[in-house]
Amino acid sequence: MAKLDPEVTHVPKAREDAGPTRPGASIRSPSRRRPGGGGSPSRFRFSVWVGYGILAVFAIISLGPIWIAFKTALSDSSTLFTGASSLLPQHPTLFNLERVIGLINPTDPRLQQTSFGKVDFYRALMNSMAFTLLAVVPQIAFSAMAAYAFARLRFYGRRLIFFLFLAATMIPSVVLFIPNFILIKDLGWLNTYQGMAAPYALMTPFAVFFLRQMFLSTPRELEESALIDGACYFTIFFRVVLPVHRSALATLTILASINAWNEFFWPFLVGRDRSVQVMAVAINSFRAQQAGGVPDWSGLMACTVLGIVPVAILLVLFGRKVVESLQYTGFR
Amino acid sequence: MSVHAQPKVTSPQPHAATPPRRSFSFFHALRFRESYCAWIFIAPALIGFLTFYLMPAFRALYISLTDWNLLRVPKFIGPANFSKLWNDPNFWNSMKVTVLYVLYNIPIQTVIGLLLAVLLARLGRSVILRSVILAPYLIANVIAAIIWFWMLDPLLGFGNAVLQWIGIGRIPFFTDQQLALPTIAVVNIWRHMGLTALLFYTGIQAIPRDIYEAARIEGAGAWRSFFGITLPLIRPTMVFVLVTSIIGSFQVFDSIAVTTLGGPNYATRTIVWYIYENGFVNFRMGYASALSCALFVCLAIVTLVQMRILRSGQSELG
Repeated sequence: MAKLDPEVTHVPKAREDAGPTRPGASIRSPSRRRPGGGGSPSRFRFSVWVGYGILAVFAIISLGPIWIAFKTALSDSSTLFTGASSLLPQHPTLFNLERVIGLINPTDPRLQQTSFGKVDFYRALMNSMAFTLLAVVPQIAFSAMAAYAFARLRFYGRRLIFFLFLAATMIPSVVLFIPNFILIKDLGWLNTYQGMAAPYALMTPFAVFFLRQMFLSTPRELEESALIDGACYFTIFFRVVLPVHRSALATLTILASINAWNEFFWPFLVGRDRSVQVMAVAINSFRAQQAGGVPDWSGLMACTVLGIVPVAILLVLFGRKVVESLQYTGFR
Repeated sequence: MSVHAQPKVTSPQPHAATPPRRSFSFFHALRFRESYCAWIFIAPALIGFLTFYLMPAFRALYISLTDWNLLRVPKFIGPANFSKLWNDPNFWNSMKVTVLYVLYNIPIQTVIGLLLAVLLARLGRSVILRSVILAPYLIANVIAAIIWFWMLDPLLGFGNAVLQWIGIGRIPFFTDQQLALPTIAVVNIWRHMGLTALLFYTGIQAIPRDIYEAARIEGAGAWRSFFGITLPLIRPTMVFVLVTSIIGSFQVFDSIAVTTLGGPNYATRTIVWYIYENGFVNFRMGYASALSCALFVCLAIVTLVQMRILRSGQSELG
């Protein structure tokens, strides 16, 4: 069973960044303090700088394309050819961002001149917001309840059900998409928010495993003393377990929100209508509109920037939480 | 109010091993009997699991045995879809494309991930640096693909402008039959290298530092301690990273849907794209299901073989 579940076995092995006890430091720091003694300090220094250089290069590789998208979104679309190799926007303007979310009056002459694509990205962003909320909030609540039952309560069939949850993660999602699509279609939920959110709203295996692991990793004394004080399991869950694990719940909410915000394949199958299409689906159909001619690049990049901004805000606000939870769980 | 509150306060021990008389009440049992509570707690998730995971898994198997275009009633045809699949050159070609894509992806992604992880562990442990290299992973697949599609646009893209400037000339990355698949692999490597690095970094953090200390005293250099200590000791992480990233790359879809649509000349028609075309463009639900079941079997075999080869259950750290 443990073999099937790399995520869960992965978590406890991880150690916090424990200040000076890191392996690299122990090798390096003595020679840095005594540059004259032992080994060849100049060569050593050189390799350190090469290391920093490589890290810097990869940081640039990571952020470079995202910057190019920002640059293009902020450029005047008539400068795309002349400014193709420039790193800064030519004639910086917010016009592209404004036009894709419909802030520009449709009779504005600037909209008439060029071959801009048609997109209501404001609608798409709102749809993404609705989809994310509908998919994530109940998912966390119900997954937390199930995780509590798996972690703490004894009941007939617990091992079997948990094993089935684990086994389900092995099934490629495309296998499930076909019958799920048919189910949603039979329910008459195609092109509705509930149709898009339903498969994520009640549980995801990852959320259950993540929270179960969190619940298991804390001592149960507090819960036991509450039980002795006469609290029922629901009181314990709401008054003890959830407050104690609010940090883990917040982390999971952030991760699940990022994932829902970025979701493409399933919403693309069941929510293609313009009135419900989410951000990623809207970008895809916006790009498909102009498959023949030259795409409306400045408009497309404005959309991608708007699709990145919410995630970027989360990363800036909760960087440490996001990074550390991802590095211990490998969210997939 | 106080009258209602009275019984609760006065009842000394309302739960536990020797329940008071109220335990005969059904509602009391619902609140205090462990197994009843457990089922209440698990019910919503279980319903979701049965509806959207377990039942569809079996239904997919059933659909794969039918001929069904969504309009008529499904017609049971037995394993005919699977024999058709076995003789379908398009299926084998899509498998070939997918395996090639995985082979482009995994070695490069793993090596870059290891390199970055070692450098992060030795030199830069700041959260900001880790956030920066993780950033591509947090943006949507579709967005990552469209940004690269733009960067490598033959006419206006930044990447091609730079290539032109340094004298290589413009290259139609996404429309060249040879280059399209590697280019999509590059997008994937770009998006995943940070996550891979972070996972390896965590694995390295878990190695006790006195092992490195001992190796240093024995005179082992940086390379020696990497191949002799780091690499063997992060094997559980390695298994995890390889298994998840291979499974993930086998299922590539988003970046193809937004850039090449399986082209040019089927050079990027991976297995999941082929399933999508069959099921959701041509509405051959039975055949698409059969293809997806074949994908599942392939992934299960690949995973088992990997776990066996890499002895995932054991760790030298104990």
